[in-house]
Amino acid sequence: MELYQMTIHELHEKLLNKEVSAKDVTESVFSRIEGVEDGVKSYLTITKEVALEQARQVDEKIAAGEKVGPLAGIPTAIKDVMCTQGIRTTCGSKILDNFIPVYTSTAVQNLFDEGIVMTGKTNMDEFAMGSSTENSGFFPTRNPWDLERVPGGSSGGSAAAVAADEAIFSLGSDTGGSIRQPASLCGIVGMKPTYGLVSRYGLVAFASSLDQIGPFTKDVTDCAIVLNHLVGHDPMDSTSVKIDRPDYTKSLVDDLKGIRIGIPKELMAEGIDPEVKKVVENALEIFSKNGALVAETSLPNLEYGLSAYYIIAPAEASSNLARFDGVRYGYRVPDPDDLMDMYMRTRAEGFGDEVKRRIMLGTYALSAGYYEAYYGKAQKVRTLIVRDFNKAFEEFDVLVSPTSPTVAFKIGEKIANPLQMYLSDICTIPVNLAGLPGISVPCGTVNGLPVGLQIIGRALGEEAILKVAYSFEQNFGWNEKPKLEIRY
Amino acid sequence: MEYESVIGLEIHVELATKSKMFCKCSTVFGEAPNTQTCPVCLGLPGSLPVANEKAVEYVIKSGLALGCDINLYSLFHRKNYFYPDMPKDYQISQYDQPLCINGLIDLDMGDYQTRIGITRIHLEEDTGKLIHVGGAGRIAGAEYSLVDFNRAGVPLMEIVSEPDIRTPEEAKAYAQKLRAILQSLGVSDVSMEKGSMRVDANVSIRPKGSAEFGTKAELKNLNSFRSLQRALAYEIERQTKALNEGRPEDIVQETRHWDEAKGITSTLRTKEYAHDYRYFPDPDLVPMEFTSDYVEYLRAQLPELPDERKQRFMREYGLPVHEANLLTESKAMGDFFEETVKLYKGDPKAVANWMLGDMSYYLNTEGLEIDETAVTPKHLAELLKLMDKGVISGKIAKEIFPEMFETGKLPQVIVEEKGMTQISNEEEIAKIIDLVLEENASTVEEYRAGKDKAFGFLVGQAMRLTKGRGNPQLINRLLREKLQE
Ligand SMILES: [Zn+2]
Repeated sequence: MELYQMTIHELHEKLLNKEVSAKDVTESVFSRIEGVEDGVKSYLTITKEVALEQARQVDEKIAAGEKVGPLAGIPTAIKDVMCTQGIRTTCGSKILDNFIPVYTSTAVQNLFDEGIVMTGKTNMDEFAMGSSTENSGFFPTRNPWDLERVPGGSSGGSAAAVAADEAIFSLGSDTGGSIRQPASLCGIVGMKPTYGLVSRYGLVAFASSLDQIGPFTKDVTDCAIVLNHLVGHDPMDSTSVKIDRPDYTKSLVDDLKGIRIGIPKELMAEGIDPEVKKVVENALEIFSKNGALVAETSLPNLEYGLSAYYIIAPAEASSNLARFDGVRYGYRVPDPDDLMDMYMRTRAEGFGDEVKRRIMLGTYALSAGYYEAYYGKAQKVRTLIVRDFNKAFEEFDVLVSPTSPTVAFKIGEKIANPLQMYLSDICTIPVNLAGLPGISVPCGTVNGLPVGLQIIGRALGEEAILKVAYSFEQNFGWNEKPKLEIRY
Repeated sequence: MEYESVIGLEIHVELATKSKMFCKCSTVFGEAPNTQTCPVCLGLPGSLPVANEKAVEYVIKSGLALGCDINLYSLFHRKNYFYPDMPKDYQISQYDQPLCINGLIDLDMGDYQTRIGITRIHLEEDTGKLIHVGGAGRIAGAEYSLVDFNRAGVPLMEIVSEPDIRTPEEAKAYAQKLRAILQSLGVSDVSMEKGSMRVDANVSIRPKGSAEFGTKAELKNLNSFRSLQRALAYEIERQTKALNEGRPEDIVQETRHWDEAKGITSTLRTKEYAHDYRYFPDPDLVPMEFTSDYVEYLRAQLPELPDERKQRFMREYGLPVHEANLLTESKAMGDFFEETVKLYKGDPKAVANWMLGDMSYYLNTEGLEIDETAVTPKHLAELLKLMDKGVISGKIAKEIFPEMFETGKLPQVIVEEKGMTQISNEEEIAKIIDLVLEENASTVEEYRAGKDKAFGFLVGQAMRLTKGRGNPQLINRLLREKLQE
């Protein structure tokens, strides 16, 4: 087994035992990147020099007998939507092609402080708007399981990098499913924590009330380990929750006895591919066999979730993305006639179609005379969905559903039909609207393509979903990997 | 037809917090461009605002001092519009749930009292400053433009009055009273000159007694209380003339610029279409929730406000209402008065007379505030003491006041330098009187013949010979004695 194939916990042990150095691990991952990146195209920017320097520092510490944490020396990919000081941060957009932040986001800084080795910044749908990474302003990323297919999105680069062993773990951001859906399509573990649990400071905003940073990992154990170092109150983020962070690895217990698992019938209904549904149903049997109580439940207002999301998220985005105007940073049209011309052409040339579509949708929804009918109404729907979830959680400890209604689709298949694309997130969006934590774990394949199982918890219920996900992983015993051709 | 004017004021006040509204940057004024900035106030991608609690406290205190209701649940909204002085292309402001509503200011206009309602007080962030290079100094036609974000994000409190103001004098009195109240709270410099207090005035006219509003103009560039009053007077006259002369089309809803030098207002921009700011609650900031205990805690901390101080000045120092009014017009004025009274220990009315007489004259001439001059309470107290002790006469005191005002030298020093001490030596005065009697024998005859006026002339001659330094009481007494001999 190569080092790049290993998990965080496996590598950590080897590093502590001095079987391998951080340099060895880093070089192994970079050799893998060299081998497969041409096909997968996970990265927008590869930061090998930074990585080797970080690895050197970790090795020094270990050699000096200093204590290092479980993330020290672990090669990590960062979605290019999180600011990294001195390192280009594009958000997958031409408008930020030349943007070099002057500060590092809190989440990434927390990991730097733990000694991670940053392999690079990963590709994404422009400003995290999309479900396939085809909306990247640069190039699409490909699914390691089938290079003709999408990895999901918007954090497709981060998901593909971990699935292709181009990073041991990665960070993504999830506004409507942007971590869980690509994790599902790439056959890895991806978690969106409770809104406010991980600081958003330095995460370039798409929809501020929905955005949340989370990890992509190879297994549930790694997910808990990373979460331990991502979570924490940040005085720079007003929406950051103040809690005493638990040790999430304590939830890694294989015990499903008496756990009440609800299956929202709306998330197993039409729109879910029958093959995917079958795989998920099989997975559910694992729960019942191991002592969990599985029963159907209902979240009646979920059917309005997608519509509400496509009002709220674009509305916030229309305001969040206003600052990309050519005045202070990023792209500016070279020969503007006047201020208005500079604004209009900078944004017309700098933004891609999907971003422009959502800015227009959001601007419209907030306009005088329409606000109540659209934004006001969508917020009411949001409240109803929160109530639905609260009610379900009176009866159940966690809720389970497919993560994505389909397996990975072909590149180009849905790009011309935005509405079809929007449906990719039908199972994940309600979780963002309610601010809840959700995790996607692999639960089988359809035609050789992975299917993900979504486990949803109460607000701040990360421990419960980790326990259920871990137990599932242990009992399901899935260890399929994509077979990638090495092209040097 | 007789018209009345309807005036409402929107006043922006920069709060005197140490740090900006949503970041930790300093609010210090006058530093090199773009040095007081960070990712937050530059609106860099990924940065987030965190509300300054002190600024919120200042606004609530202001609201309490202005008799407002405090909203226990209040929100920040985003006001969306593109402009290069706005780092995020939206301003964090407040919309339908401001911190304070329904306040008032009572005005004492001398011969009548009036009450001006306050609609709302809200909190927002200031913008940056644009400098247009080339062309006419405006953005259109400029060669290039520079932005300084040092001011971007400084907390701004906006106080919106009801359209209850009827005259330019009331407008000025309202703005001054507001300033005095905010000064006593210490929440802002409230300086119109420095731009920490900015007044925009909405003004329209209507037939007297009508309940409907006329078309209003918004006046900008009012950089002093004087220009506020002048601009309103001009604009009211302009509108009245337009209606009287059958040109109602000259009054349109627009923003007009006050030109202080020319003394006129002119169109800055017409409101062809209303801006749609697409306000919505800022998702980056959590709603502000307060307990009534917290509000009462702040209320208990309120200092003495100008009206209370005025009452106390009348009660404690026996000042008439007019004097008490003038001395509490600004915090500095009242502080100066009280400090002087404390040091002087004499009649407070004498202090009031000097402050409202000579001192106000020089302040007005120089266009200065009382705390911007070299004169301190110690100066005035010493001057009064020198007079009481008979070291100088009132006339000399008036003479040395300008020098004291300009140089900040203590009165004792000026008196000594110029040898201006009063001559109270009996022998010396007696000699001078002998000389006067000798030189004015005919006048002495006239006096003795019963012409009382002649006495005054002789006193004047004696004062002339002492260069004004002779003790007037002594001269009077000795002259009378000598004439009766
Ligand atoms: Zn700042």
